[in-house]
Amino acid sequence: MKRLLFTIILSATSLVCLAQDKASPFPSIDIKSIQGKLVNTDAFENGNQPIVVSFWATWCKPCAKELDAISEVYEEWQEETGVKVIAISIDDTRNAAKVAPYANGKDWPFEIYLDSNSDLKRALNVNAIPHTFLLNANKEIVWQHTSYFDGDEEELYKEILKL
Amino acid sequence: MKKILCGLLFCAGNILAQGIQNGQVSGNFQSNSQIYFEDTDLGITADNLPSEVFLTNSFANIIYSTKNFSAGIRYEANQNALLGFDKRYNGEAITYRYAQFKKDGLDITVGNFYEQFGSGMILRAYEERNLGYDNAFDGVRLKYSPTKGVYLKSLVGRQRLYFDKAEGIVRGIDGEISLNETFTALAETKTQILLGASFVSKFQKDLDPIYILPENVASMAGRFTIYHGKWNVGAEYVYKYNDPSATNNFIYKEGQALLANLSYSQRGFGFSIAAKRIDNMSSNSDRNLKGQEVSVNYLPALTKQHAYTLATIYPYGTIANGEMGLQAELNYKVKKGSLIGGKYGMGLIANFSNAYSIHQAQIDAFTPINETGTLGYTSNFFKLGDEKYFQELSIELSRKINRKLKVIGTFINTHYNSTAIVGYDYHGMIKANIIVLETQYKIKSKHSIRAEFQHLSSQQHEGNWAMGLVEYTISPHYFFAIQNLYNYGNETKKIHYPNISAGYTKGTTRFALGYGKQRQGIFCVGGVCREVPKANGISLSITSSF
Repeated sequence: MKRLLFTIILSATSLVCLAQDKASPFPSIDIKSIQGKLVNTDAFENGNQPIVVSFWATWCKPCAKELDAISEVYEEWQEETGVKVIAISIDDTRNAAKVAPYANGKDWPFEIYLDSNSDLKRALNVNAIPHTFLLNANKEIVWQHTSYFDGDEEELYKEILKL
Repeated sequence: MKKILCGLLFCAGNILAQGIQNGQVSGNFQSNSQIYFEDTDLGITADNLPSEVFLTNSFANIIYSTKNFSAGIRYEANQNALLGFDKRYNGEAITYRYAQFKKDGLDITVGNFYEQFGSGMILRAYEERNLGYDNAFDGVRLKYSPTKGVYLKSLVGRQRLYFDKAEGIVRGIDGEISLNETFTALAETKTQILLGASFVSKFQKDLDPIYILPENVASMAGRFTIYHGKWNVGAEYVYKYNDPSATNNFIYKEGQALLANLSYSQRGFGFSIAAKRIDNMSSNSDRNLKGQEVSVNYLPALTKQHAYTLATIYPYGTIANGEMGLQAELNYKVKKGSLIGGKYGMGLIANFSNAYSIHQAQIDAFTPINETGTLGYTSNFFKLGDEKYFQELSIELSRKINRKLKVIGTFINTHYNSTAIVGYDYHGMIKANIIVLETQYKIKSKHSIRAEFQHLSSQQHEGNWAMGLVEYTISPHYFFAIQNLYNYGNETKKIHYPNISAGYTKGTTRFALGYGKQRQGIFCVGGVCREVPKANGISLSITSSF
């Protein structure tokens, strides 16, 4: 009996160890490009350089602040780290058609996608926006952060530099 | 025997571990708690002050996923549900569980799922936890892509109703084709075309003693999007067969909805215009339920969604029985280095929207409009009705003055038909002007202070409002905020809504503690925006994800 228990515990622990050992891969979910085309997140690509994925919406002020702040330093970031920023709007049909004009009007240089029914948001367990993920060369989530305060982009940049 | 069992278990454990080792467990958690104080101003009196005093809503999602498989559950515990939530949310249960796998291009989900066909006007299952809105399906969904650029979906299920399910069954199929991806000859053309179509049917037994109600109600939709360089044009049309329901007063008229968009955008400039017409389009998977309860479809309000507190006092909501409206938005960034743009450029967002009733006429000389058990009314598709529901103009200017100071100024003019939208019988058309000035100042590295001054002036309803907010943030962990709304123009009750809050964020974990009064609406403080119900007391919110 003891041995049985021991075996179960051993199996269970090895299972947990195995499951915990790796950085989380980015989920494979269908979203839409701003042209309306279906795109799977597997297609996110930045030639083995880091990717930042940031969730936002046209009605979310802190989100706009975060993306504005990154936009200002983006060229510098790209030159030094090759990072790419992907901004995913969770705007639903009420605002979906305004997303591209909004992002363009803001002069944001990011790749923009629409997650109109929050499928990706759910798969990534995002509670509230803004919520930002940093992916390494293997597209594994190595860092994430919720909310935005002025200056948080510097924290993100430090994490990018670590990769 | 024991040894064999041991061996088997050990092997099984290892095999399981092998199969599972590429898998990941992730999840999130949220808990919102509130201690309530009596507040007659907000309508929280001894009669309806919760006896529990302390109420809390919590949930956790746990997802296990590998490359082609994922499964998850959500556990919810509302002990008891916060004020503003339906009492049928009291209790605890696993409210969401699903398994999904992908094999040979087929994507199968069993259990609970959310879904949207096209714009959602024919079918959408969605959740907004903080508002207590969740109409997830429980059933089966298949997705299949037979060839590049062609996407098919089908589903059957029943919708969530609090801790229960709706009586009706919903079935639907949707197909979408991206012509340029499917046909190689079109791959390089500048014009890109997407076409889509849906069919949805709901079934509910007819137990009505008087009327013969349709047990199966079908609806269908067609849509297109054409993308050409910087231009984008799209539309969706939905037709629903007669669907007598509590919302439409049990009339046997068909329903229709049309939504069309046109936009142009390039770096630094964006413009969009949208139009819609909705006629008798409410659809619930239980015909006796109204509004958002088990609603099968989503009829978007074509108006700007505001984040400033005073701008959320008069929010428009689609009138599902019939409305026509327009919205136009201009986004522009005045270039850096120009006279107006200054060193950093200046942002401009202007929005105009309106909504009117649709034209309605009697079906014959003897039947009043919308009489139960009749065809209800006839309507000229292109003709507006007599009543204005809503109109709004807003302009927002934002400018960075120097490295430390940013300023945003907003002006909003709203016409809000309160009788039609929310049934404020005596207030009719409320006209309001709102101005907001927001400034943000960087004190030193990581330390910022933000202030908002808002004013709403109106001759109707509750009269004038003023609001001030100051927020201090220390990146990346702390925020402190203090705010007060003052309804100083209210002739019967001049109410203050003071509120202080503080929070701590680390990675994906966030604690926020608040004390004071809050109005219902979008609450944007401490670096996130969320929907909140009205309350007076102490609130604690904890969210985390992994």
